[in-house]
Amino acid sequence: MLRGHQTWVFANKPVIISTGTVGGPFEANGKIAKDFDLLHEDIWLKQESFEKAQQTLMEEACQIALKKSPIEKENVQFFISGDLINQITPTNFAAKTLNIPFFGLFNACATSMESLALSAMIVNNKGANYILSGTSSHNASAERQFRYPTEYGGQKPPTAQWTVTGAGCSLIAQQGKGPVITSATIGRIVDMGITDPFNMGGAMAPAAVNTIENHFKDLNIEPSYYDLIVTGDLGHIGREVSYDLLLERGLNIQEDQYVDCGLIIYREGQPVLAGASGSACSAVVTYGHLLNRMKNGELKRILVVATGALHSPLSVQQNDPIPCIAHAVAIESGSDV
Amino acid sequence: MADKKKKNVPPEAQEYQAFQQQREVKRPIFKNCVKAFFVGGFICFIGQIISTFYMYFFHFTEQTAGNPTVATLIFITMLLTGFGVYDRIGQFAGAGSAVPVTGFGNAVIASAIEHRTEGFILGVGMNMLKLAGPVIVYGVFAAFVVALIKTILIIWGGL
Repeated sequence: MLRGHQTWVFANKPVIISTGTVGGPFEANGKIAKDFDLLHEDIWLKQESFEKAQQTLMEEACQIALKKSPIEKENVQFFISGDLINQITPTNFAAKTLNIPFFGLFNACATSMESLALSAMIVNNKGANYILSGTSSHNASAERQFRYPTEYGGQKPPTAQWTVTGAGCSLIAQQGKGPVITSATIGRIVDMGITDPFNMGGAMAPAAVNTIENHFKDLNIEPSYYDLIVTGDLGHIGREVSYDLLLERGLNIQEDQYVDCGLIIYREGQPVLAGASGSACSAVVTYGHLLNRMKNGELKRILVVATGALHSPLSVQQNDPIPCIAHAVAIESGSDV
Repeated sequence: MADKKKKNVPPEAQEYQAFQQQREVKRPIFKNCVKAFFVGGFICFIGQIISTFYMYFFHFTEQTAGNPTVATLIFITMLLTGFGVYDRIGQFAGAGSAVPVTGFGNAVIASAIEHRTEGFILGVGMNMLKLAGPVIVYGVFAAFVVALIKTILIIWGGL
């Protein structure tokens, strides 16, 4: 139910009964490779185009999530998902393959938590028994749409980030075994006039700060309530900027309590500059790595704040600033885990 | 321009941008310049070797050796781009590998490879010069302006 200005508290505690995560070759070399359900050697995934490869990633993530659960596809009421590509076509085609009633979303890299929050809201209010929610991104398809051709030899600044090739999907149910979703804070657009699309971490940091601040204000809790506060894809610069901003606003967050998915996924030495990005970044790290740690009992409560930069190549060329958003979802380990 | 931009930005955003800039990792300009100097110089050195090769073995003159040299360099670039090496050189060298003719070749070839999935006409044909187009447009325009100035000087300046 609505608490405060922009936060939902889920009284019926929807459960994430299963997840599916798929990654590409670059992720297979990363730090959390063993947390993926499926890793591909080839960025084409034997498909004709990068967009089709991305569609395959999404389909596989959904199929894995379904396979790991006792639920049949026919019992799932809705598929709530989105991605970064124009008119979210990879997701649309994946929804066609899945043949489940479909909500298509776009909040750039914040789509992962946007879809999870909406799924939890619908399940909590008994609008559905089971919902598949997730998102995908592909390095090459995002590069070609937002930046340059993949083989173009342009030099990227140290603030640039690397789009994750992968897909993460979760199956949300009213009851069952698994981590529960307790609350969600829906963010507003924050635009601080940053126009450089090669510095998305710096652009998105204020949006993350705004959402985190409002989450604690609405719920009237302290940051120490969570074991981890995880941002989506801020990278080195965005993480540092947002952490300093949070401290400045008087939130008492410990240094090791505040982590970023974009800094978890790859290992040192991979040429990712400021860190990872892409809508799959927060999805695969949350549904794979973080929920595994929760199952192992290392984590009890986490707040995942997925951040999105809502620009397009056109808006950047027309010198518009980058509008940014962040959505936060609180996940807690269930009683019977 | 900077002032005009600043006027439209609310003070809160200006404050944040300053805050952000302190933490932003800057481009290592001096290091980049040194790297660009040496890699760019090395590409020109290879060009010189090829050019000398054509003059020595194929009876080209200094004026006519330019065309086959450029073609050879672009051919090498095509292989390096296709095998996924040139973008790595580009990340290291920056302007060093972008300014010589190999950079122009890479821009055309990378776009052509990228848009193969949309077919030969609407994909490769329409997008091949997407990155290289501005170079051609402003190259031709700049040549026109220079020629105009030269003509005017010859007519009125009595050069």
